[in-house]
Amino acid sequence: MTPPGTLRAAWLVARKDLTIEFRTRTAFLSAVVFAVLALAIFYFTWDESIVTAADRAPGVLWVVLTFSALLGLQRSFGIEEHDRAIDALLISPISRESIYLGKAIGNLVFLCALQAVALPALIVFYNLHIASAILAVSGILFLAVLGIVAIGTLFSAMAVNTRLAELLLPMLSLPFFVPLLMCAAAATSRIISGAPASSARPYLNLLVAFDVVFVVACTLAFPYTLEE
Amino acid sequence: MTPPVSRATNERASPEVKPVLDWFFWLAVLGVVALYVRAILFTPMDAMQGNAQKIYYVHIAAWLPAYFAIGVMALMSIVYLWLHDERADRLGEACAEVALVFLTVGLTTGAIWARVIWGAWWVWWEMRLTLALFLWFVVAGYLVMRGAIDEEHQRARYSAVLGVLSALLIPFIHLSVYLFQARIHPMPVALQPGKPKMSDEMLVTFLSSFVVFTVLAIAFVRGRYRLALLRERVQAQLEAGA
Amino acid sequence: MPSASPAVELQGVVRAFGRRRAVDGVDLTLAPGDCLALFGPNGAGKTTLLRVIAGLLRPTKGSVRVEGKSARDDADVRQHVGLISHQSMLYRALTAAENVEFAAKLYGVSDPAAAARRALERMRILDRRDTPVRALSRGLQQRVSIARAIVHEPSVVLLDEPYTGLDAAGGAALTDMLRLLRHAQAALVLVTHNIDEGLEVATRAAVMLAGKIVRLDDCAGVDRVEYQSMYRTMVVPA
Repeated sequence: MTPPGTLRAAWLVARKDLTIEFRTRTAFLSAVVFAVLALAIFYFTWDESIVTAADRAPGVLWVVLTFSALLGLQRSFGIEEHDRAIDALLISPISRESIYLGKAIGNLVFLCALQAVALPALIVFYNLHIASAILAVSGILFLAVLGIVAIGTLFSAMAVNTRLAELLLPMLSLPFFVPLLMCAAAATSRIISGAPASSARPYLNLLVAFDVVFVVACTLAFPYTLEE
Repeated sequence: MTPPVSRATNERASPEVKPVLDWFFWLAVLGVVALYVRAILFTPMDAMQGNAQKIYYVHIAAWLPAYFAIGVMALMSIVYLWLHDERADRLGEACAEVALVFLTVGLTTGAIWARVIWGAWWVWWEMRLTLALFLWFVVAGYLVMRGAIDEEHQRARYSAVLGVLSALLIPFIHLSVYLFQARIHPMPVALQPGKPKMSDEMLVTFLSSFVVFTVLAIAFVRGRYRLALLRERVQAQLEAGA
Repeated sequence: MPSASPAVELQGVVRAFGRRRAVDGVDLTLAPGDCLALFGPNGAGKTTLLRVIAGLLRPTKGSVRVEGKSARDDADVRQHVGLISHQSMLYRALTAAENVEFAAKLYGVSDPAAAARRALERMRILDRRDTPVRALSRGLQQRVSIARAIVHEPSVVLLDEPYTGLDAAGGAALTDMLRLLRHAQAALVLVTHNIDEGLEVATRAAVMLAGKIVRLDDCAGVDRVEYQSMYRTMVVPA
């Protein structure tokens, strides 16, 4: 009887989270409804004759992504709190890092599924013609979501143990999302407006660097957030 | 760490905790007063900007101690995670509060100066101002989180984790703000190679303001640290008596 | 997994939360096959002591050894420990079988589905295996929680008031299972308020007060009525 290694254990945790989410569906549905609604509302907040929909689209996408991501992240450690289910994870032989990775993978799938709905909605509502760039935009989306998940999963684990959980998660996470959003929005608007790919390169480099640094840093930091 | 031995509740705080506001603090205050007397009365006015330029002596000088305090805060976070010494946590907390104060001063004076010089209260293309704004949010988040945790060891641990991550974040914010707006920022006048654009008297006042503000910041951190110690003593006595 | 060395060994264990010492100097040794019934009033530190042994909490002072190693630092040791606590540690949206199977997978049990079935059967709740936990009554949830804790056949089992919420059938299933575990040379620590239930399965009995173990007896030859009145005088303020 040998316990599962870090990656296998992470996958077990992720699958369990996704099974639970799939059964209840509340978090996903609320995030989707929020995202699509926000996309629609934002359309009406600008005067079409002054700023075209195509110009607004990247900014709107990223704002909406951030806030619907926060909705999803809130619940990732919330489910463990209910009956102290996290104790069962902590007392088992799986490594602490695999708990974090498993949760992060679950959140990643959640957010990617959310994007799979939000991006088409954006294209439809804002009449974007980005068929050729869709792959590039999806790639940028994925890179940004990776960073959001790395930070958000860790802060969700911390916030859930404090008095102001719902306030703290956005308050702590948003400053960390800022570089991600700046780079992703800049890269997206360059790609959508047809500028050469090289103009987006520095932003993409920064995105990748951010992801690498913070996935590692948050994985290492996670065990310190558990009670000792 | 063993908990302090409790004595009778009516005993005064242990004589080891020195006064919160001591001679060093008053010396720093004196320095600030002296600086402003000099700046307002004895330093010539800038030809182009008029008296408004004198805000410079507060605005720019506020950044140095703020960044320094944040740097110490980040360092203390690493020290705490490594050694679990509560003194590191206390010092980190004191530095965070002082950093927040100086950042606020820098941001508000920056806004006032921008309004006078450029006609707008806020200028996003001023890189240092934007960076300082995001730092303000990071430090504020740190302090709000501390306020939301009652248990000391958990609070210290979480603060240390947040401190280290915030330190990692700073270069990324810097780079992304820089990339985002490749605009021209008025070069810092004193640090240009060759002759600085200030007259010698202005330069002296300017450089002294850095020194004075740094000394003031150190005085604040000292005082705040002692205040934290005092609070812990009182708390211990309350719990012992309960 | 039987071993010659003590199953559980505590030396001078202290656990403080800030200034409050929940566990204030506990020395204890348990051999394989021992079952220690731990009595004591609320707030005596029994739950904290169990969590320290399980490795969920680090002792402020002293050492905790489970099968010769520290549960806190060595994942291999956690392989052999099971914990039943006040909280069910179950996921409400998953079924009983899914919860127990998930636990089995965390421990690397070969054929987790079969092991889960066995554990649920022992707690006499196999018929409800496909019911989501939130649809089960508190007592039935408790049975699932116990099944989850022993699915990997641990050699050290820590039980925090496990009889709470169990009906007669559930209580009987638990007592049977504890006897089985003892025969398999597992070491058990059973925290309970019910002296009768505790002395029924235990080989040793301890009383914990204000973070310290104030009394430790062998159960052989202990008269239950005497023990009850002794306990009452010790614990109920005059």
